[in-house]
Amino acid sequence: MSVRARVIPCLDVAGGRVVKGVNFVDLADAGDPVEQARVYDAAGADELCFLDITASHEERGTILDVVARTAAVCFMPLTVGGGVRSVEDGRALLLAGADKVAINSAAVARPALVADLAERFGSQCVVGAVDARRVAPGRWEVFTHGGRKPTGIDAVAHARELASRGAGELLVTSMDRDGTRDGYDLELIRIISDQVSIPVIASGGVGTLDHLVQGITEGHASAVLAASIFHFGQHSIAEAHAALRSAGLPVRS
Amino acid sequence: MAERIALVDYGAGNLRSVENALRAAGAESIAVTSDPADVRAADRVVLPGVGAFAACMGALSAIGGMVEAMEEAVLRAGRPFLGICVGMQLMADRGEEHGIHRGLGWIGGTVGRLEPTDPALKVPHMGWNDVVPVRPHAMIVPGEAYYLHSYAFAATDPADVLAITDHGGPVVAAIGRGNMVGAQFHPEKSQAYGLAFLARFLEWRP
Repeated sequence: MSVRARVIPCLDVAGGRVVKGVNFVDLADAGDPVEQARVYDAAGADELCFLDITASHEERGTILDVVARTAAVCFMPLTVGGGVRSVEDGRALLLAGADKVAINSAAVARPALVADLAERFGSQCVVGAVDARRVAPGRWEVFTHGGRKPTGIDAVAHARELASRGAGELLVTSMDRDGTRDGYDLELIRIISDQVSIPVIASGGVGTLDHLVQGITEGHASAVLAASIFHFGQHSIAEAHAALRSAGLPVRS
Repeated sequence: MAERIALVDYGAGNLRSVENALRAAGAESIAVTSDPADVRAADRVVLPGVGAFAACMGALSAIGGMVEAMEEAVLRAGRPFLGICVGMQLMADRGEEHGIHRGLGWIGGTVGRLEPTDPALKVPHMGWNDVVPVRPHAMIVPGEAYYLHSYAFAATDPADVLAITDHGGPVVAAIGRGNMVGAQFHPEKSQAYGLAFLARFLEWRP
């Protein structure tokens, strides 16, 4: 079998607490990202993603504590994104125990940050995050600030630039689909996946298991990221793996 | 007394993950160290690594006496050694990432770029894939582990290859000779399989 299609649950964390996460009643502290990470570790998630949506800079330290505590108990790959603006921010997360750091707005303002991080810590730990909205048929634009701020930058060109500057992976999120449960923007995901040689994670809009399958079969992504279908108990990681498997895709046993 | 494990600290980013996993696998006494004396005194030596071959080799060589201490402990005193990912690749004669660079030269081979025959296959080879043993070895059992690499070990002597995986063709997953083992995959990120692998290393009597 070849390398497995990856299923990646994503937790939104603010001030060290989960703001959108698993609705498991049996957790001692359901708002603790570490508790939720343990659940996903035990459930066989292929990787885990924390998105730090902390508003203030003063609270940034809390994500480091969350990452360190997670890395002490979960032996699975961990990607952390949100608010990484400098090599120092990235370094702090990696030293705390993150395996990969996702760079978003800062890479729009200064794509060289991707190269700086890749040079220092290796491409394998740099995830280029692209938040895009469809602005015309077959054309997408990069948006920042949670999808509110247009940049005028073509999303496909930006994705290629991040790859050429040394990102080891791309996280492509359709801001049109995010939160809709209507499925990934498959055209966006596919165009980017087909134009870069590095793996792409599909993100934004998953509402069903079929959407996960489509992300790989039609979007040509290497990994599928989802939040709410897992957090609210609608589907388990095992069900996601089973759906991918029955579509003929390689998944973990 | 618990055996002393030296986890060589030359600035590799994933040091803490490896330390956590070794502890979870049963190691009681781990010295995360850049002091050659700790490596000489250790019962077992672990060399982690992420990033580029030359940067890692450069950082390791920059610690005065460290390579010599490792050679003394591993090559001469025969202490069990585990190299992980780039730590495994450094065991080769040379690496071809960003130019040609010398490695430790402990196991004959070259570390070259992955070039899958199928252009749809992505590089880095990132994610869970098989560990397929190709010869009997106390450390190696079949399973699935997490890989994250763009370069791979090509051994001069096929007898040094312990396990392979597949990414558009066979890719070396583990190498070994005598008291040395190197894993291309990340045991510290391979959940139950990885912890069991590390536990076998801690009990390995080559």
